[in-house]
Amino acid sequence: MSFLRRRKPTSTPSSPNSDHNNDDSDIDNDKEKKIIREEKRKNTNTRWSCLDNCWWFVGGVCTVWWFLLFLYNAMPRSIPQYVTEVIAGPMPDPPGIKLAKEGLKANHPVVFVPGIVTCGLELWEGESCADGLFRKRLWGGTFGELYKRPLCWVKHMSLDNETGLDPPGMRIRPVSGLVAADYFAPGFFVWAVLIANLARIGYEEKNMYMASYDWRLSFQNTEVRDQTLSRMKSNIELMVATNGGKKVVVIPHSMGTLYFLHFMKWVEAPAPMGGGGGFDWCAKHIKAVMNIGGPFLGVPKTLAGLFSMEAKDIAIVKAFAPHVLESDVFHFQTLQHLMRMTRTWDSTMSMIPKGGETIWGGLDWSPEGHYECNTKQHKDNHKPSVKNMNYGRLISFGKEVATLHSSKLERLDFKGALKDKKHVNASICDVWTEYHEMGIENVEAIAKYKAYTADSILDLLYFVAPKMMKRGDAHFSHGIADDLDDPKYNHYKYWSNPLATTLPNATDMEIYSMYGVGIPTERAYVYKVNSDSECNIPFKIDTSADGGKDDSCLQGGVYSTDGDETVPVLSSGFMFAKGWRGKTRFNPSGIRTYIREYDHSPPANLLEGRGTQSGAHVDILGNFALIEDIIRVAAGATCEDLGGERVYSDIFKWSEKINLKL
Amino acid sequence: MSSVRRRRGSEAQSKEIQAEENNKEEEEEEEKEHGEDDNDKNKKKKKMKDEKSKEKQEKKRKWSCIDSCCWFVGCICTVWWLMLFLYKLMPASLPQYVTEAITGPLPDPPGVKLKKEGLTAKHPVVFVPGIVTGGLELWEGHQCAEGLFRKRLWGGTFGEVYKRPSCWAEHMSLDNETGLDPPGIRVRPVSGLVAADYFAPGYFVWAVLIANLAHIGYEEKSMYMAAYDWRISFQNTEVRDRALSRIKSNIELMVATNGGNKAVILPHSMGVLYFLHFMKWVEAPAPMGGGGGSDWCSKYIKAVVNIGGPFLGVPKAIAGLFSAEARDIAVARALAPGFLDNDLFRLQTLQHVMRMTRTWDSTMSMIPRGGETIWGGLDWSPEEGYTPSERKQNSNNTQLTGQETNKTNVNYGRMISFGRDVAEAPSTEIEMTDFRGAIKGHSVANTSCRDVWTEYHDMGVEGVRAVAEHKVYTASSIIDLLQFVAPKMMARGSAHFSYGIADNLDDPKYQHYKYWSNPLETKLPNAPDMEIFSMYGVGLPTERAYIYKLSPYAECYIPFEIDTTAEGPDEDSCLKGGVYTVDGDETVPVLSTGFMCAKGWRGKTRFNPFGIKTYIREYEHSPPANFLEGRGTQSGAHVDIMGNFALIEDVIRVAAGAKGEDLRGDQVYSDIFKWSEKIKLRL
Repeated sequence: MSFLRRRKPTSTPSSPNSDHNNDDSDIDNDKEKKIIREEKRKNTNTRWSCLDNCWWFVGGVCTVWWFLLFLYNAMPRSIPQYVTEVIAGPMPDPPGIKLAKEGLKANHPVVFVPGIVTCGLELWEGESCADGLFRKRLWGGTFGELYKRPLCWVKHMSLDNETGLDPPGMRIRPVSGLVAADYFAPGFFVWAVLIANLARIGYEEKNMYMASYDWRLSFQNTEVRDQTLSRMKSNIELMVATNGGKKVVVIPHSMGTLYFLHFMKWVEAPAPMGGGGGFDWCAKHIKAVMNIGGPFLGVPKTLAGLFSMEAKDIAIVKAFAPHVLESDVFHFQTLQHLMRMTRTWDSTMSMIPKGGETIWGGLDWSPEGHYECNTKQHKDNHKPSVKNMNYGRLISFGKEVATLHSSKLERLDFKGALKDKKHVNASICDVWTEYHEMGIENVEAIAKYKAYTADSILDLLYFVAPKMMKRGDAHFSHGIADDLDDPKYNHYKYWSNPLATTLPNATDMEIYSMYGVGIPTERAYVYKVNSDSECNIPFKIDTSADGGKDDSCLQGGVYSTDGDETVPVLSSGFMFAKGWRGKTRFNPSGIRTYIREYDHSPPANLLEGRGTQSGAHVDILGNFALIEDIIRVAAGATCEDLGGERVYSDIFKWSEKINLKL
Repeated sequence: MSSVRRRRGSEAQSKEIQAEENNKEEEEEEEKEHGEDDNDKNKKKKKMKDEKSKEKQEKKRKWSCIDSCCWFVGCICTVWWLMLFLYKLMPASLPQYVTEAITGPLPDPPGVKLKKEGLTAKHPVVFVPGIVTGGLELWEGHQCAEGLFRKRLWGGTFGEVYKRPSCWAEHMSLDNETGLDPPGIRVRPVSGLVAADYFAPGYFVWAVLIANLAHIGYEEKSMYMAAYDWRISFQNTEVRDRALSRIKSNIELMVATNGGNKAVILPHSMGVLYFLHFMKWVEAPAPMGGGGGSDWCSKYIKAVVNIGGPFLGVPKAIAGLFSAEARDIAVARALAPGFLDNDLFRLQTLQHVMRMTRTWDSTMSMIPRGGETIWGGLDWSPEEGYTPSERKQNSNNTQLTGQETNKTNVNYGRMISFGRDVAEAPSTEIEMTDFRGAIKGHSVANTSCRDVWTEYHDMGVEGVRAVAEHKVYTASSIIDLLQFVAPKMMARGSAHFSYGIADNLDDPKYQHYKYWSNPLETKLPNAPDMEIFSMYGVGLPTERAYIYKLSPYAECYIPFEIDTTAEGPDEDSCLKGGVYTVDGDETVPVLSTGFMCAKGWRGKTRFNPFGIKTYIREYEHSPPANFLEGRGTQSGAHVDIMGNFALIEDVIRVAAGAKGEDLRGDQVYSDIFKWSEKIKLRL
């Protein structure tokens, strides 16, 4: 009875009449069928309820999400800015607006030369695994394909191991136009901030040109394959002609500085190898070259990259989670694949440290000898440590080797060691790197040599990666020229090495080096032999090597020095502080050089994003002070108008120590 | 008591009783309540509880609507995601497989086919996009356009049109006096292949052609998109953006870096006129021209492959300028008369559009040229006797002749007539009053509704009536008409474009740039090796003449509109919805695309003194067989023809080195040669 009564109201839940209830039982008895039916319905209800709840939940979340999105879109655009201002104080005007108020106008056309990695690459022809990706970005953008089909991606991004050009059946080409490198990935600006600020004073596409090129190729090959240098020449000429004869301001960034050095030699050289512009082309077309974070003398980071495919960031990841990168979970030996891919890229070799021991220091000295990694932060209370850093030993095997005096160092020559021809591991390793051809003995031989300077490191690379270096040798040089008039220096392989070429004959031209300082930058490494060297890269950075408090420059196996996090000050500043200053043999026409340093200060809070006073290698492109300098020069100023040089680091002191014939 | 019980039950229902255990518990509770029931004191508490629970109940019932909403949304979302997931999982070849199963095996795209034949990239290729198809982006704008820096205002998703329409219209408009940027606004063309590969997501323009060229080895070093701001007059693209200089420099560069192989130019739509202008510009001496010298074209250009080129103008442009409507809009108006005209969004749509488009000088480049000589007079037109069904019935000729006798001659020459009877009456019966003398009424009755300004408001009622009383306009008098209704616009236009026929081409006045884009007032360059192709679609009804009426709301609106009630006598008729149609590619009539190549330039004429070879390649329209084919691979429509496999194949062959003869010369389906005969132009 109670059951019936309870059920009954369910059918008439809203009726408020209580008398009605008394008749319930009679009616119910008459309508047994209904009960059964209702029970059935109830049962179905219960069975569905879980899914229902699920859907209800999803629906709820979606609706709320849409609602918020709607509110966000409906929100006036000034609110986020308002919030930021309340928290962080009033924002300074972006330099473009500020200078537009001062009355600056677009004057000289501007050419951007992007660096390695930052420029987008798209697919023009591929294998069947890359179907549907025609003219889609493989590099840059969202990198979606990297996750979806990693092996296919690696295959397409690699170049031919012999020629350094396209593998057959594949064509990857640089994106052209300003979109090529304005944003690297959505939200991660490269040139976009600079472009936006230049636009404020009247720049547009007719007087801005992005000289995008395939940064994987060697510089001369970009001309051979894509005629990139010719395009750049033609576009500069066009812009000068259509802007009333105003010369261009060139703004290369990172590896782009080397590329533009190459361009300046190329354009002067006679036609078959060069552009045939004549020796006064630069004088006629270029007002100023404003290098941003230029690795003129190379970057030690490249060594770590080429030698063991790891930079500091990767080394730390390895220490924290030793198996993530090395595991075969996805049938994908990540590091090995990456190494194989990057080793086909000739351009990386343009950034191997140049000038050998003369520039980078020998076994027992280095120009930065007494650099104190902490001085920036503790200028007042830190007692100056006299400890000499052996930055000259770019790679040492073991921490004690790194600090030991050279007289006590026993080194065995590795060059004599025979390469094992038997492949121990051909069956296990599906990824091929040249290490597999080397055999264990050689790995040990390399480790026994113990310390490598900038000179011997080239020998080391020749030993561990002969094919790569053979290609590189045809396109780049890393030495210092004794006699610059030697006709052999007319070959294009010397054009991107500032120590083996002369600057063009353009006395009115100005060359700037603008870079960030105040961030520890990789300079030398402590290595160890990788224990499970059977199938993996046999060397890795010894992340356990830590300097502790009194030797703070050594952290996680990496000695760091002053720089912009990627390029040490020595590399970006030396040529300007000494090598090209005044009339030297590298700068016979006496082009004026200027150093503009930007002291790094990290963004005050999260709302500032990547900061407007950053000195980091790429983030410096959003540095307001740097942008202001560029806009002033583009609008016609000379360096004197900017207030001359601006130096925070010890670059002049260090340059003094380098004994280079000038 | 019973109420308590009832409540319990209903609550249980709303909870959707899940297990018997619950039932048991509740029964026990109920029994407890039975016992408590006797207690009088508890009754009041009970009532309180009851009320509370009733409130709860109500709340729950209220919620249930939102609940089911949520449930529904969740359902849809989940299913959607599931489908999306499945779609992503699906192998890429499946849709193709399905298509092939339904329609039979698809032909190889021409690029793949020709690659198998061994063709490789040879001549560099230059694309010259037409009006409307090139993207425009913002470089400097007013407050309302904040955050749109370097975002597309034109092309792409057109998101901003919906979000802030009046701001958008403000930025897309040009200055009414100079035809250049209004102060504080800079809208610039997008550059690179992305400028016009897709007009909107999924709506290709050049993308198919680019993809096919890439198959035989083309890439960005050998392809160049000559993007320009299609809103401004041709010479102004050089003055403001240096667009012509950039094209010149890029062609020279590409020829130099491709081993001296001359360029193949592919202009489309208005780009055809733009490139005519370029060819004259590049030869002209430096201050006004590019200073390339008289042999520039012969040194750098192998062939000009015009696609759907409106050499002699487009009648559609007249309707656009006169009343901001083409047939599509006129039909929409007829179906839903209140929709476009109402003020629902405080947005007088058509007026805004008209005001915006009238600041675009380039539209005037497409006003029909050549006057009555080309387009026909009051009583004749070159196409007279054309019936749309004629070609379809080519096989059974008997029917055709029977039809022809029945048909009254359509007077295509009367490009605008006021009223259908006027359109069909012989010219002797029409009384035409001259409108030019009419004084424009300056007593404007409608200053109140003038948040949108069009020049019609300055005209007054009398001016409008005078226009209507002239009744019939031919290609010649239509220019007078436009000068009357839109004097400011035409003042700008006549500084940049010309619509006449030159008597003496050596007259030094023809060195002015305003004549450069008119094929009837210029000579082709001195490049005897160059070839000119005209490729266009045929077989689609194309607007040719209009029947107008006075708009009933003439007070505040555009005072003229197409008379959509004017219909032809039967199905096959050329008159539909107030529009006379003729053969063409849906936008440009055959006469305009074909005449110059069929007659004006054929052989050595005074317009073509060096005897450049001309070829006509027509592509018969056949609509996509089914939905899966998208916009079709055999389309002849003005823009869709860019995806026509036959056309792409021809283009690739030319780019790979073929000559006009290798393509087997002309390919003609229409009556263009017959019609050209009727045009008496001194050659």
